[in-house]
Amino acid sequence: MSKFFSVRHRLVSFSTPIRSVWAMLALLAVLLTIILLSLCLGEEFIALPQVLQTLLGHADQASQFVVETLRLPRILMAAMVGAALASSGLVLQSMIRNPLASPDIIGITGGASAAAVCFLSFFATAMGMVWLPLFAIVGALLAALLIYVLAWNSGVTPMRLVLVGIGISSAMGAVTTFVIAASPLSTSITAYIWLTGSVYGASWVEVKALLPWLLISWPLAFYLARRVNTQELGDQLATGLGISVQRLRLALLFLSVIMAAPAIAYAGAVGFVGLIAPHIARRLVARSFALLLPTSALVGACLVMLADLFGRLLFQPLDIPAGVFVSAIGAPFFIYLLYRQRF
Amino acid sequence: MHLHSRHTVKWSILALSVLCLMLSLLGSIAYGQYVISSKSVWTAFWAFDPQSIDHVIIRTTRLSRALVACLVGSALAVSGVLMQALTRNPLASPSIFGVNAGAVFSIVLFSTFFSVTSLNTFLWLAFVGAAVAGALVYGLGSLGKDGLSPVRIVLSGAAISALFMAFTQGILVIGQEGLDSVLFWVAGSVSGRDLSMVMPLVPAFVVGIVLSMLAAPQINILLSGDDIAKGLGQNTVLIKVVLSLLIIGLAGGSVALGGSIGFIGLMVPHMVRSLVGYDHKWLIPLSALWGAILLLCADVISRFVIMPEEVPIGVTTAILGAPFFIYLARKGGKRE
Repeated sequence: MSKFFSVRHRLVSFSTPIRSVWAMLALLAVLLTIILLSLCLGEEFIALPQVLQTLLGHADQASQFVVETLRLPRILMAAMVGAALASSGLVLQSMIRNPLASPDIIGITGGASAAAVCFLSFFATAMGMVWLPLFAIVGALLAALLIYVLAWNSGVTPMRLVLVGIGISSAMGAVTTFVIAASPLSTSITAYIWLTGSVYGASWVEVKALLPWLLISWPLAFYLARRVNTQELGDQLATGLGISVQRLRLALLFLSVIMAAPAIAYAGAVGFVGLIAPHIARRLVARSFALLLPTSALVGACLVMLADLFGRLLFQPLDIPAGVFVSAIGAPFFIYLLYRQRF
Repeated sequence: MHLHSRHTVKWSILALSVLCLMLSLLGSIAYGQYVISSKSVWTAFWAFDPQSIDHVIIRTTRLSRALVACLVGSALAVSGVLMQALTRNPLASPSIFGVNAGAVFSIVLFSTFFSVTSLNTFLWLAFVGAAVAGALVYGLGSLGKDGLSPVRIVLSGAAISALFMAFTQGILVIGQEGLDSVLFWVAGSVSGRDLSMVMPLVPAFVVGIVLSMLAAPQINILLSGDDIAKGLGQNTVLIKVVLSLLIIGLAGGSVALGGSIGFIGLMVPHMVRSLVGYDHKWLIPLSALWGAILLLCADVISRFVIMPEEVPIGVTTAILGAPFFIYLARKGGKRE
């Protein structure tokens, strides 16, 4: 039996190692298990058969409310946020060719956070919370633009992009700290919880608002996949093979922003997912961007959902933001990975 | 312009720096929401009058504030010099290295869960946090095949900083009542420290800086490369360990006293190097002076920007320092 799973068709044609296919299927199974677990567990336990019945639409109103109005949108939100941040991290890591890059480290999250904290302190009462996502997205875009412009010096090298990004990230951090310190304690606690990242109280409206962004950015990422693979071979080789490296880099930066920013906008600055999910994905499947993208997204979704589940269960009745657990699980694991991998 | 051949020039730079330090000390004591004449500043020291409001303000708040700014500024600048020498990396500095974040995390952790309040205990906690973060960054940065490259160090520093900051945020969300005191560490501040708490720490800072100055000739040798230094009979491992301990002591101590104040350790060594060149016998004392001057000035600026409120000083230094960092990053990129 061949070690590769191949599809040859007029429209779609690809070949992947069988092992990667199994890994992805296994991840999908894990994802579904976590979703079902999260639907069952909570302040009120609902047995699995009842959950399934509720999903199919025959159940009493109480469990219908808990499952479909409270838990399901929150779980889906966690999954989408994790997937979006993980994909954004993968795109950045591929572009910069360094496994330590991620939206939170090169300042994209920082831009979104600064804008969101400004909004929460100065405009939230006057304009209403609906505008928060817009502010966060614009903030992230501005930060990315600033990074790109400042790193430009007859072309952008990945290294300069990272260093300038870290500088911008600290500047944005300073703005955030300033706004938090200058505003009254009540808003600063809201801002702080937002900064940690939480999917608490997510509703179907938010789920529907986030989904289109993913539906735009993922196909775009798949479209660029082949070029990304070539770019990872090095600038000179990629240019020789006919890739416009500079244009690709700009496109990838933009792509990572439109992946990360909406997720950050709706769930806050959940850290570390963008950093570790691609690492885990790289250990599971072959190193090809088109394989890594769905795998990272699955891993990211599982991570944030698990973190949210822990946050809901461990300190009842307190609801700990998912961001805390993502860091708590993610950070030690990240150090271990770096130690093993010796990047 | 490098002037390092002329000793007289260096001595006059030193004299000028001391003068600048005096002036900024005076400015830091005199200016603020309430302006005090320089004459009262003088009499507050030599002829203290408990009835005078000026004198009381100076004795209770302004003086300790100026002293903290001096200590923290010079400790940060010297630890920046040592870090840049140890890692041979122009972008190394306590905040980039994640040392600040580590120290802040350790302080926040213990002050939230074990209700530690004494400044002395904070000092030790800050040392531990700084040491752990510094060791992690150094370890992660040097794991690769080509050793400690600037980008690798900066990236692992950013990752470790992000890690500790995430933990700090997590603790804060769990124990929300601690927000105000936590913000003190996160945003950095040189105010609100009682003079009687600060005075016992002065000798520790002075010892750290003096030891660094004594190590200067060894640092000069180390900078010529490990092989040459070994050939000249230097115990490179010993000097590196000593430097690391000094860095942790100085950076950790400054966080314990003033919270997370970034970029002083990055900017000052570069500024001073452009004046006196690479000789650490001059670089270290001058950096200590200019670190103090810069932080005193930043403190005065942060009193005036949004009167009557104050900007956290860590924010002021970051706003000044981030463009400088980006400038250095661009310059470094051009050379490659």
